[in-house]
Amino acid sequence: MTTHNDVVEERRNFLYIATTTVGAVAVGAAAWPLVDQMNPSKDVLALSSIEVDLNAIPVGQSVVFLWRNNPIFIRHRTAEEIARAEADDTADDLIDPESDADRVQKPEWLIMSGVCTHLGCVPLDQQGEFGGWYCPCHGSHYDISGRIRKGPAPTNLPVMEYVFLDDTTVKIG
Amino acid sequence: MASENKFEPTNPAVKWVEDRLPIMGLIYSAVGAGYNVPRNLNYWWNFGVLAGFMMVVQIVTGIVLAMHYIPHIDLAFDSVQHIKRDVNYGWLIQAIHANGASMFFIAVYIHILRGFYFGSYKAPREILWFLGVIIYLIMMATGFMGYVLPWGQMSFWGAKVITNLFSAFDFIPIIGDGIVEWLWGGFAVDQPTLNRFYSLHYLLPFVLVGVVILHIWALHIPGSTNPLGIDAKGPHDKIPFHPYYTAKDAFGLGVFIMFFAAFVFYMPDFLGHPDNYIKANALVTPEHIVPEWYYLPFYAILRAIPDKLLGVVAMFSSILILFAMPWLDGARIRSMRFRPLSKFFFWLFVVNGLFLGYLGQIPTDQIVTMGIDALTFAQFATLFYFAYFIVIMPLVSRMETTKPVPVSIAAAVLDANKKKG
Ligand code: HEM
Ligand code: FES
Repeated sequence: MTTHNDVVEERRNFLYIATTTVGAVAVGAAAWPLVDQMNPSKDVLALSSIEVDLNAIPVGQSVVFLWRNNPIFIRHRTAEEIARAEADDTADDLIDPESDADRVQKPEWLIMSGVCTHLGCVPLDQQGEFGGWYCPCHGSHYDISGRIRKGPAPTNLPVMEYVFLDDTTVKIG
Repeated sequence: MASENKFEPTNPAVKWVEDRLPIMGLIYSAVGAGYNVPRNLNYWWNFGVLAGFMMVVQIVTGIVLAMHYIPHIDLAFDSVQHIKRDVNYGWLIQAIHANGASMFFIAVYIHILRGFYFGSYKAPREILWFLGVIIYLIMMATGFMGYVLPWGQMSFWGAKVITNLFSAFDFIPIIGDGIVEWLWGGFAVDQPTLNRFYSLHYLLPFVLVGVVILHIWALHIPGSTNPLGIDAKGPHDKIPFHPYYTAKDAFGLGVFIMFFAAFVFYMPDFLGHPDNYIKANALVTPEHIVPEWYYLPFYAILRAIPDKLLGVVAMFSSILILFAMPWLDGARIRSMRFRPLSKFFFWLFVVNGLFLGYLGQIPTDQIVTMGIDALTFAQFATLFYFAYFIVIMPLVSRMETTKPVPVSIAAAVLDANKKKG
């Protein structure tokens, strides 16, 4: 039989839980703006894309651009480099396997992030054991397709979104 | 054990205040004649006070620098040059603050190793020890963010590499992916990053003050241990903090300040990096990036492991493992004076730590000696670092034959005096 005391206790328990829950939600709601303010702000998110004129880049040369304050590599690859990149598709030391064809829109233009996927340094062009890039910070070797082959970096240099506006102009972002 | 002697002011004004706010009594019983301390403390017990002194120096000089520094990516570098060249005594205050960080770490490293050697972390001082480790972590964060502020090449790339450490945790659901961008406030280290680092670099030292107060509070519950590691038993074992240790600490402080001044006045750039005299450039990483000397052993551990996540985990663990020391060490005797084997491994640990520091500042592929490169050496040194805590300490502390321990501090001191004649 439920007594008067049982009812009081049940009500009290309900009130405890309800109050604590509302309190916890309120604390969370108050804390969220304090946490979220640290995320990229609207003007940072709105940062525009850049257009690059590829005419200025001769075969066998790389250029580094700054996009959202991060370096972007654009390499005008030679036929020999393209052949090597494609041949390496089947190499057994690929840490993050990906075919060269998936990393380029036009094989002669390798366009990718210039931020080492280990801890963010800028790898050096035409250095390292695979004829691509070498990151001096902790010794990551990337091949001529920007794929990680040796060292602490876990993934290939990312390929960001870009479109060819015409044969010699590319829009990044 | 705090106040054996009571604070009884005779001056009526002091008494009037004391009756209403017993603050002078608090000081008297915390660092005055009312606080009794083991009579046999040596100079290794000086370094807590030295660390506290450096904390005050950093706060005072830091507040002055903040009056002239500008946290903007285009102006920060020049504002530091402005402080050094144009602001009255700016050169002095800037040099004190920059070198002061190193002095703070020197004091704290010795302070921590004193704890290792004399078993200060053992019961009943575990919470005191935890608070110390927390202080050390806060110091590391503060020092790192401070180093970013001048916005030189090392500032910028140090910031980038260290914040990227958190990208190793990108496998964590929901927060993992955006954590680094959240830290940066953008897609790279940039204006928002500099701004928030400045805010936090100003805040954290005051958090540090709070934790140091807890640290000293916890210290005053059991009181200091001592070189013999045995508990103080009677009044014969103790002397009042003031004047005995205020005098001893003041002497040590004088010597320490001379050491400090030698850096400030004769080699203000010795502990810095030439690359930080180059303005930050997001396109070019310096050929050889290295952190400040006080992070080098941990940086060497990070680089020793050729896997991003494991490297980062090893680096954080190498510090967090200090929290487990009270249980890893199972010895019933605190002081290593009576634990010869532990003592031997302790010194090996110190040498290994210095060696890791050396390895942390040379390229990983540099040949150190006998055709072996820095990476290989760092892997062995990292292995020893962890083995010291996980294997050597638990086993040796429980198994070694210890030397006889004196019955009391007073007995040991009188004995030593007799031998001296
Ligand atoms: C801002 C930094 C620090 C300040 C101002 C500070 C201050 C002090 C002071 C004044 C003492 C008493 C004097 C002495 O024994 O030397 C002390 C004791 C102690 N500290 Fe610290 N400390 C700091 C950091 C640390 C750190 C990083 C650790 C350890 C990880 C630590 C562990 C201890 C321990 C275990 C004691 C008791 C020593 C004993 O009684 O043998 N402290 N601290
Ligand atoms: S940042 Fe490139 S290897 Fe570490």
